[in-house]
Amino acid sequence: MSPSVQSEPTTMTHTVVIGENHRLHRWPVIPVVMLSILIMLAVFAPVIAPYDAKLGALEDRHIPPMLFGGDSDHILGTDGLGRDIFSRIVHGAHISILTTAVALGIGGTVGTFLGILSGYFGGWVDELIMRIVDIKYSVPLILIALSMATILGSSIGLLFGLLAFMVWGQFARQVRAEVLSIVKMDYVVAARSSGASPARVMYRHILPGVAGTVAVIGSLQVGAVVLTESSLSFLGAGVPPPTPSWGSMVAEGRLYIDTAWWVSLIPGVFIALLVVSVTLLGDWIRDHWDPQFK
Amino acid sequence: MVVTMLVFGLSRISGDPRSLLISEDATIDVWDELGREMGLDQPVYRQYLIYVGNLFRGDLGNSTLQRKPVTEILWSRIPNTVRLAFASFLFALLLGIPLGVLSAVKHGRWWDRGIRAFAVLGQALPVFWISLVLIYVFSVGLRWVPVSGNAGWTSIILPTIALGWFGAAGQVRILRSSMLEVLNSEYVQFARAKGLPSRTVIWKHAFRNALIGPITFAAVTLAGMVTGSIVVETVFAWPGLGLLAIQAVNNSDYPILQGLILLVTLVYIVVNLMVDILYMIVDPRIRIQ
Repeated sequence: MSPSVQSEPTTMTHTVVIGENHRLHRWPVIPVVMLSILIMLAVFAPVIAPYDAKLGALEDRHIPPMLFGGDSDHILGTDGLGRDIFSRIVHGAHISILTTAVALGIGGTVGTFLGILSGYFGGWVDELIMRIVDIKYSVPLILIALSMATILGSSIGLLFGLLAFMVWGQFARQVRAEVLSIVKMDYVVAARSSGASPARVMYRHILPGVAGTVAVIGSLQVGAVVLTESSLSFLGAGVPPPTPSWGSMVAEGRLYIDTAWWVSLIPGVFIALLVVSVTLLGDWIRDHWDPQFK
Repeated sequence: MVVTMLVFGLSRISGDPRSLLISEDATIDVWDELGREMGLDQPVYRQYLIYVGNLFRGDLGNSTLQRKPVTEILWSRIPNTVRLAFASFLFALLLGIPLGVLSAVKHGRWWDRGIRAFAVLGQALPVFWISLVLIYVFSVGLRWVPVSGNAGWTSIILPTIALGWFGAAGQVRILRSSMLEVLNSEYVQFARAKGLPSRTVIWKHAFRNALIGPITFAAVTLAGMVTGSIVVETVFAWPGLGLLAIQAVNNSDYPILQGLILLVTLVYIVVNLMVDILYMIVDPRIRIQ
């Protein structure tokens, strides 16, 4: 595999950089605003959505969006079951952002924990954990996901698990590389020789040192997680219906693409908006926080 | 090895495969007879050993639904997927490499901005959505190409673009940043100072040295096409391995899924090996290490 990048032991400098005021004016305004709006939609979904996301009236089916011949009752139109697309988008935002956050939370925690263990203890612990990471990378996740969803039935818990499984390897690998350089630093050596237990050293002295790296990896993974979630939902292995998710909404409208394009294409625009804003924000965080990429 | 255990484990938690084949009112004798035929009366570790033994002889078992050997079914689908993946890979490189280089050379100008916008968008749009937009515009709207299926050479165009899009966009981003780095290096500036024509400097001095990142990414693209091809083949009803996977899922045909997982894992391993070899060809320094 590719040679792993090891950072110079200068991890502490990044705090200085964020403190500098002249960096602040280059905040990526548009992505932050877009992301905030989407998160607001997600959090206040029940309040904002004008209609029930799971129930529709069949006589209202396939009403086009407001700007394309529809009316202001359904600004983004309705789908094949007469459900209001805007309401479903809002609830879908809730699901997409929730699954992404939970998956990154679980995957990031597990990956970081294993990465620290691997880098701190070395030897057979390191060997074992890194081989598991190798195996993780040689397994086709989407096929495993499809198989599991068929066998166990699709559920939101399974989706959390699969997405967490998708991300943990990257955390483990990069955190390990970072820890390898941190354990050699004087303050860690001092803590160890003054009799601190391994658990204490890892928690109090090493974890804060890798926090920046963890944040950067996390921010760079968000886009991939959102896209995978929507792909799985599109293929029917994600969030089970009738709960709206952007991916499954695209799938539901697929058969009516020639007569009612909006059912499929509008949710896709929202997926793209979310991914573009997290990608730009992730790039910004990487450029400004991570000393490796400066 | 571990993958075979994983796949075997998956097949066992899926419940008794006999329940798919036999109607509910079958007698217990028929049930037991089928169990003996499929080797289910043996203890689990024996079943695993038999399974691995069969693997080494190239026997992946039979499809539960079609009652044909899995290998035979896989073989019949491979050419279509390889064709699609190859075309998309080519599309990604032919679009990604020139745009990436151009973007770095015209750094900060209008061209660069346009190409970067394309790259960010290209990586943010879900593959299934791009497929549907292509269908909507070129099949439903303009009626240039068929909506789906595999009829004539025109049917491969849209799936190729849909599947290659993500790779092209990613290639642009990676190549642009590694080209920028190389273009700022001293030896490139020296080559310019010597008065070499800029075409020579860009393609001979800079491009070659900027290749490590793009090669890694090309491998990632190829691996990512597994996910992509499942989606794209489903949308376009392209009769390859991806469509087979979805059909197997819908029919709970686990032997097929197991076969696919093993096949794709093998492909991943081969691709990684090829990348390592390519590194050595491109960068002699890695050979010395």
